[in-house]
Amino acid sequence: MIAAQDRKLALWNIGVAYIAFLIGTLCGLLQVFIRNDALQLPSWLDYYQILTAHGVLLALIFTTYFIFGFFVTGMSKSLGSFGPKVLLYSWIGFWVTTIGTVMATVMIISGEASVLYTFYAPLKASGWYYVGLALVIVGTWISSFALVGHYVVWRKAHKGELSPLFAFMTITTIIMWIIACLGVVATVLFQYIPWAFGWVDTINVELSRSLFWYFGHPLVYFWLLPAYMAWYVIVPKLLGVKVFSDSLARLAFVLFILFSIPVGFHHQLTEPGISNFWKFLQVVLTFMVIIPSLLTAFSMFGTFERAGRKNGGQGLFGWFTKLPWKDVRFTSIFVAMAFFIPGGAGGIINASFQLNEVVHNTMWIVGHFHITVGTPVAMTFMGLTFWLVPYLTGRKFSKVMQKLGFIQIITWTIGMLLMSTSQHILGLLGAPRRTAYTGYNNHPSALEWFDGILTNHVTMAVGGSILFLSAMLLIYIVVMTMFLSPKAELEADFVEFPMADSDKEHTPKFLENWWIWIGIAFALIIIAYAIPLYGMIHHAPPGSEGFKTW
Amino acid sequence: MHLHKYEKIWLIFGIASLVVFLSVVGISAFSHGHTPAGGMDTIDPKKVNETAPFDNPGVTQLDDDTYQVAIVAMAFSYTAPELKVPAGKEIIFKVTSTDVVHSFTIDNTKVNMMVVPGQITTKSYTFDKPGKYLILCNEYCGSGHHFMSTEIEVY
Amino acid sequence: MKKTKPAKEENLKGTFVSVMSVGVIIIVMWVVVYYMYVAR
Repeated sequence: MIAAQDRKLALWNIGVAYIAFLIGTLCGLLQVFIRNDALQLPSWLDYYQILTAHGVLLALIFTTYFIFGFFVTGMSKSLGSFGPKVLLYSWIGFWVTTIGTVMATVMIISGEASVLYTFYAPLKASGWYYVGLALVIVGTWISSFALVGHYVVWRKAHKGELSPLFAFMTITTIIMWIIACLGVVATVLFQYIPWAFGWVDTINVELSRSLFWYFGHPLVYFWLLPAYMAWYVIVPKLLGVKVFSDSLARLAFVLFILFSIPVGFHHQLTEPGISNFWKFLQVVLTFMVIIPSLLTAFSMFGTFERAGRKNGGQGLFGWFTKLPWKDVRFTSIFVAMAFFIPGGAGGIINASFQLNEVVHNTMWIVGHFHITVGTPVAMTFMGLTFWLVPYLTGRKFSKVMQKLGFIQIITWTIGMLLMSTSQHILGLLGAPRRTAYTGYNNHPSALEWFDGILTNHVTMAVGGSILFLSAMLLIYIVVMTMFLSPKAELEADFVEFPMADSDKEHTPKFLENWWIWIGIAFALIIIAYAIPLYGMIHHAPPGSEGFKTW
Repeated sequence: MHLHKYEKIWLIFGIASLVVFLSVVGISAFSHGHTPAGGMDTIDPKKVNETAPFDNPGVTQLDDDTYQVAIVAMAFSYTAPELKVPAGKEIIFKVTSTDVVHSFTIDNTKVNMMVVPGQITTKSYTFDKPGKYLILCNEYCGSGHHFMSTEIEVY
Repeated sequence: MKKTKPAKEENLKGTFVSVMSVGVIIIVMWVVVYYMYVAR
């Protein structure tokens, strides 16, 4: 078991993550009912307010806190206990992020920030909303540098050695995150805050959008990479094998540093102000970031086949039946991976330049991120939660909990299948995202959207309700394993941190020479962004005043 | 770094598929003109109503085979009198906003344009079938966002 | 970089068939949306 102080830090992070999860999923439940006209909100509450809360609390807050909880535990486990400075800065980061979260949430609830989590200018929220978001980011930077400090201490004590795979992947994710946040910090600090507090009159809208998406796409990799870490490092241990290939795992991760950032324009393919040349260049770079996921797909199936054959699986697919399906820690993550197949394929479609016109800002996109971050990432985090929380609290994870865990992931799977399938089809038909209930004056096309077997008014709501029940079951499991389950006393009752061994003797050392990857990453960013951003500043139209249209 | 034979085949197959996807969209876009909505023209968002072509929004015939449709988007409507255009002719849509970001999206077509204040979005499209098409805003623009819609008639 | 491996590589036929199926799913989904784009 890791040091008590490190456990406390991790538990606080996971605790806040699940508070955000509780409120965020409740907002999600309200949304599906409003969207099919089954629910009327009281006059002081608005659909878009709830939508903003849902996005911010789940996509930004739940993910970020959970990720840091996971990182803290894994870094302490693989590199040793945190020193006093690392702990101090981790706590400062935690509190700065938390203060920011509370500020942003208060602004959303008070109706001063119904601008959604993308906060596109010139919708103008209260300046304190942007300050809150900035604090969230700055807090994650402080926490990130604390972990980097812990890693540097280890490197100095182990000269010439490659770091453990978990630490390597944590540092990769953090490097990507810090570089990615530069964009959002720049726009919030130098554009939104001066404008929202009235120190300047106008804002350069297209520049703010581009800086946001410079951050917005690597943001999704910030969610995905910790899930990949679980797939690469945790899953093999659950299957009783080693990491499939240490060098390929590290290679996949450094490719994410290079290619997850200079790709933000693929979120802006249908807008003016960026020429087709730069849009297409970033489309090509976006396709490069698919390659590490192709590598990952092979490593995962390879791990399964190796483990299944070791357990006596024969023939082409005999190994499949030999996997530990009765272990909820594995099955949950397996389902998460399965969802990422259509999720990733959908992402390729979204990024395919003009094909984006078919899906842009339709319900397809909502379906897409529910089968990327909403299931592959979230369900991997659920699968981690089942052992991470009892590991940190030293409590038992009983047979009953294991059963509840299965019910939880099965219901999440069913709910998500219903809801996301319906959303994908609705999107292809043309139904817009981020839109409260409307029939567009009973226009025949709008009525047609909701006429299908899977796209009728009920399917999405049924899916959403099942998902909410699943979320509440998860909250129950978290509360039990955090506070109420009996303490483990016998050796066999202790829950372990399943971290697989990884053979690194054949892994090339240059993979851990971060300056190479940071250098190439910045070179690619400059190639992809310097000229178009310069154009946006230099040939900017008169700026926009703020509007509060809600 | 050892790669299993099958992993090599898989990577070659995967990367080749990506190259094919990119070539298909790239060729279709750059040599057949199927680029997504966009454009580099800018405009003063406070002077939209006095700037051509938005001082006279609506349909203008440019020549025998080309029509221009100028639209001003604002929370929560589109300024454009009676939109009626012929099928089989090239229609060039030009859209801008006087306030926040909107979209100009015609259901069941390739017209799905982001509308950004300060910028003019352009998209060329030819309708095949006559009918009444729903136009809607699919970018969140405020409390009345879901009421922001209109219609275009193709004859 | 080069690794001295036993001459016979491990049996990963199932893995190969699985990843290729993933590839087929990707291609089918992409082609469907591509045709929807062309048809609009």
